Amino acid sequence: MIHTTIGDAGHLLTIIAFASALLATFAYFKAALAGTPLNEVTSWKQYARTVFIVHAASVLGIVFSLYWIIGNHYFEYHYAWKNSSLSLPTGYTISSFWQDQEGSFLLWIFWNVILGSVLIFSNRSWEAPVMTIFALVQAFLTSMILGVVIPGLDLKIGSTPFLLMKEVMPNLPIYKMDPNFIAKDGNGLNPLLQNYWMVIHPPTLFLGFATTLIPFSFAIAGLWTKKIHEWVRPALPWALFSAMILGIGILMGAYWAYETLNFGSYWNWDPVENSSIVPWLILIAAIHTMIIARRNATALKTSFILTIATFILILYSTFMTRSGVLGNASVHSFTDLGLSGQLLIYLLTFIVVAVGLLIYRWKILPSDEEEVSTYSQEFWIFIGATLLCLSGFQILATTSIPVYNKVAEAFGGVLNMALPADQVGHYNKFQLWFFSLIIVLTGIGQFFWWKRVGKDKLHALYNPLLIALLISAAVIVFQGVKEIQYIVLLTTSIFAIVANGTILFQIIKGNYSLSGGAVTHIGVALMLLGILFSSAYTKVVSINNSGLMISRSAEFTNNDNKENKENITLWLNKPEKMGDYMLTWRDVRVEPRHIPGYIPKSWVDMIENDYHAVALRDIVVNEKKYNSKGDTIEIYPENFYYEIEYREPSGRVFNLFPRAQINPRMGLVSSPDIQREVDKDLYTYVSMVTNPTAEPVWSPTENFTISMRDTFFVNDYVAVLDNVVRTEEVEGMKLGEGDAAVKAVIRVLDKDNEYVITPSFVIRDRLVARKPEVNKDLGFRVQFQEIDPSTGKFTFAVNTTQRDFIVMKATEKPLINILWLGTFVLVIGFVMATVRRFQDFIKMRNKENVTVDKKKSKVKAATV
Amino acid sequence: MKKIQIFGLVIIAIAIGIIVSTAGDASTYVDFGKAKEMADNGDNESIHVVGKLQKNAAGQILDMQYHPEIDPNYFEFTLVDNKNVVQKVVYRSTKPQDFDKSEQVVVVGKMENGTFAAEKILMKCPSKYENGKMETTEATASKS
Repeated sequence: MIHTTIGDAGHLLTIIAFASALLATFAYFKAALAGTPLNEVTSWKQYARTVFIVHAASVLGIVFSLYWIIGNHYFEYHYAWKNSSLSLPTGYTISSFWQDQEGSFLLWIFWNVILGSVLIFSNRSWEAPVMTIFALVQAFLTSMILGVVIPGLDLKIGSTPFLLMKEVMPNLPIYKMDPNFIAKDGNGLNPLLQNYWMVIHPPTLFLGFATTLIPFSFAIAGLWTKKIHEWVRPALPWALFSAMILGIGILMGAYWAYETLNFGSYWNWDPVENSSIVPWLILIAAIHTMIIARRNATALKTSFILTIATFILILYSTFMTRSGVLGNASVHSFTDLGLSGQLLIYLLTFIVVAVGLLIYRWKILPSDEEEVSTYSQEFWIFIGATLLCLSGFQILATTSIPVYNKVAEAFGGVLNMALPADQVGHYNKFQLWFFSLIIVLTGIGQFFWWKRVGKDKLHALYNPLLIALLISAAVIVFQGVKEIQYIVLLTTSIFAIVANGTILFQIIKGNYSLSGGAVTHIGVALMLLGILFSSAYTKVVSINNSGLMISRSAEFTNNDNKENKENITLWLNKPEKMGDYMLTWRDVRVEPRHIPGYIPKSWVDMIENDYHAVALRDIVVNEKKYNSKGDTIEIYPENFYYEIEYREPSGRVFNLFPRAQINPRMGLVSSPDIQREVDKDLYTYVSMVTNPTAEPVWSPTENFTISMRDTFFVNDYVAVLDNVVRTEEVEGMKLGEGDAAVKAVIRVLDKDNEYVITPSFVIRDRLVARKPEVNKDLGFRVQFQEIDPSTGKFTFAVNTTQRDFIVMKATEKPLINILWLGTFVLVIGFVMATVRRFQDFIKMRNKENVTVDKKKSKVKAATV
Repeated sequence: MKKIQIFGLVIIAIAIGIIVSTAGDASTYVDFGKAKEMADNGDNESIHVVGKLQKNAAGQILDMQYHPEIDPNYFEFTLVDNKNVVQKVVYRSTKPQDFDKSEQVVVVGKMENGTFAAEKILMKCPSKYENGKMETTEATASKS
C-alpha cells in the first residue's frame, strides 16, 4: 500500500510554511515601519507573532513527516528510497534525513525557526525589524523545498522531498506491469557517511550557518531603524555564539575527514571546505570590530560591512555548493537540482537589500575626524581584522575560479581556467604568512587592549617577546625546524601563547569572566602549532624498499620515481620490514552488529545482498559466547577490516584495523586506522586490496606425477611429498565402514616459513572422492588425483591463483594532539566570551526596561 | 593624506597582488596537443586535460596496466582527449579506487618524454547514491 497521506501532509505543510513566512515578513515589516501608528504596531506585532508560530509549527510538521517516511522505510517515496535502506542502523537513518539537498535545507529551516523563537522571547525591543529579515529568509528557504510547478509557465519552484518514486521516475518499465510497485529496499547511505561524525556534524554546521543570520538581522535592523550604535550590544553575543558553533562544525568536518577519508589529513582546501571557512574568518573579523565599535566610528562602519559580508558569503557558499558550479572541482558538492536560478535570486536579493540600505544610510553613520593613533588598541585590532579579511579574500579568489568560467560563459567568452594544480601548496603559500601575522597581532592587540602598553610604555611587551624567542629557539633546535616559513609560524605562535598567557594570568586574578579573548587566542596559537608539526612534518613510514622492478626501462628506474614509492605491498602472513616496524597482514575481519570488535571473515559465511551472515563456528569474543555454529547474525556487509600487526623494535606489538568498503558499484573505499600516542599519530590505510568477496581465478590445472620424497615446483615454491598416510577423518565427509581414505603430506618451503598441505583421497562405495586443499598464503589449490600402485607414483592436480595482498600506506603525524588540545581551548574561550557578552546584554536590556517602565509610569502618573 | 587612506591603498595593493598571484597559479584546461606544445617550449606548468577512457564492448578499460604486487606505485593507462588524440598517462601512485568505474577523467600534470605524468586524477563515475548522475572523486600522488 502506498502511504500517500503523510507525503501530502508534508507537502501541504511546506506550502503553509512558505505562505506563513511571507505573511510574517509583511506583518513584522508593518510593525517595524516608522510610519505605522503606535497602536497599530502592537496589533501588527501580535499578528506577526501568531503567524510565525503557525510557521514554526508547520516546519516541525514537515520535519516530522520526512522523518516518519524515512524511519518507517516508506520506499514508495523517492527520498527514502534514495537515501536509506532497511539495513541502515537507526542512528544513520537520522543522517539520511539530511543526506540530500532538500533535507539539508529543511535542517537549516528548522534551526532558523528555533533561533527565531528564542529571539522573539528574549528581545522584544528588536523583535519587529529583526524578525522581518528572519521571516524573509525563511520564505526564501522554504521556497527551495516547495516543489510547486506554476501551471502555464512551466516554472518549477523548489524541489520537494515528498515526491513518490512514481512521480520522479515515471518511465521505469516496472510501472507498466505494476503501477503500485514499491521498492523492497532502498539505495542505502553512502558508507563513508555512516559515521557518528556524520550524525552530529551537519546539524552543527547548519546551526552555524543559521546563526550568522542573527548578527546580520541586527545590523540591517540597526540601519533600518537608525539605531546605528545600539544593535552591536545584542548582536555581539550571537556573533560569538555563531563563530563558536560554525567553528566547531568546521573542525568536526576536518576531524571526520581525518578519521574516515583516505586523503590522509584533516584539511584539503577543497572548495566545499573553503566555502565554510571564508565566512567564518570574516565573522571573526566582524566580532573584533564590533568589540571596538562602541568607541570608534570607523570600526562601526566596518562592523556593518563585515557583518553583512558574513551572511552574504554564507549565501554565496550555498550557491556555489548547491548550484553545480563546483561539479568539476569538488569531491563533495551537491549536484544541481535545477534550483540555481532560485539560489541566485536569493543571493542577489540580499546583496541588493543589504548593500542598498548601507549606502542609503552611509551619510548618517558617524565618522571619525580624529586620526587613529598607532599606539591605540583600535589600530591593532583593526589591522588584525583586515588581515583576517585578506586571508578570506585570498581563499575566496581561488575557490571562485569555476564561477569565473561560468560568468565568462554567460557573456559568451571562454575562460578555461582551472583550479591550481597544487592546491594545498597554493593556499599554504599565502595562508601561512597571513596566520603568522594574525597570531602576532592577537598578542599585541591584547596588550594594547588591557592598556598595558601605550605610546611610551612599549617595554611591557619586551618580557613576553624575550621569553617567546627563547622558547622558540629551543623548539627550533630540538625539533630540527629548518624552513624559514615554519620558523616564523612557530615563533609567532609561541609569542602569541606567551603574550596571551601573560594577560590571562594577570586578568584571571581580577575577573576570570573577562579572559575569554586571551583563552581563545591561546587556543588558536596551539592549533597553528599542531597543524604546523602534524602536516609539515608528516613522515611517510611505508617506504617501498622491496627492490622489485616491473621493468628495467628508464621510467621505472628513474631516481625521482623513488620519491613516490610510498606504498608497500603486504602478503597474507608474510612479515615485511617497514621503517622500524615489522609488519604482518594477519587477516580480514568483518564487523558484526551486536558483538564488540571485529571477527575473522572466515568465521562467517556472508549472504549476498543482505546484511546477514551464517556463523561457520561458535562465535566467542573475549571469552564470551555470542552465537553458535549455524546461527544467522547481523553484520555490516560492506565493511572489511584488515588486521595489520605492528611489531616495534622494543617487542611491543599492536594491531591496526584499517577499513576497506567494497562496494560493487563504487569499488574500494578506504578508511584509516590510527594508533594514537601522546606525541604522534601513526596513521594507516589500505590503498588497494584483493576483493575478499570475489572468487579466486584459478590457473589451468597442472598435473604432477611424482614418487615419495620427490620435489616439485608450484607457484615458485619448492614442494616435497613427504608421506601418504591413512586417515580416519576427512572434513566435510562421514566415513563409513569399508571406506578408505588417505591423505598426502606435502611440505611447501617458503623463504622463512614451512607449510604443510594435506589433500585427501577417499574411496567410498567404490567411487573416488577427492578433497582439495586451498592455501591462501601461498595462493594455490592441490587435489590428490591418482594413486598408481604399479609404479608407486602419485598424481596431484595443482591450480595457482594470485595470492591475496594489500597495498598500504602509513604516515606518522607528530604532535597532532596539540591541534586537538588547541581546539578544546578555543571552544572554552569562545564559551567564556559568549557568556560574558550575553550577561552584558541582559544587564543592559533590563536596565533599559526599567527606565522604560519608569517613563511609562511617570506618563501614567501625569495623566492621572 | 590621512593614515586611513594610506592604509586603504596598501590593502588594495595586497588584494591586487593576491588576484595576480592567483591568476598565475591557476591552471588551465587544454588538450594533449597543446600539452605537448607547452612541454616542447619548456613550459613547466601543470595543466588539466579532460579525456575519456577507451573501453571495449564489455565495458572494460583497454590499455591499463597496474601490477601492485610488483610496484604498487606505478599505474599506466591511455586517455583520449576531446580531439581524439590518444595519449599514454603514467600516474606514480596507487591506482585510484574508482578508476574502473569512471568514464570521464581529468588528469592534472604535464608531458614528460612523450608520456603524460599525472600528479592528480579527477574521476567522474556513475554514482551509486545519485542515480543517473556523475560523481567526482579525486586522487593525488603525494609528494611529502
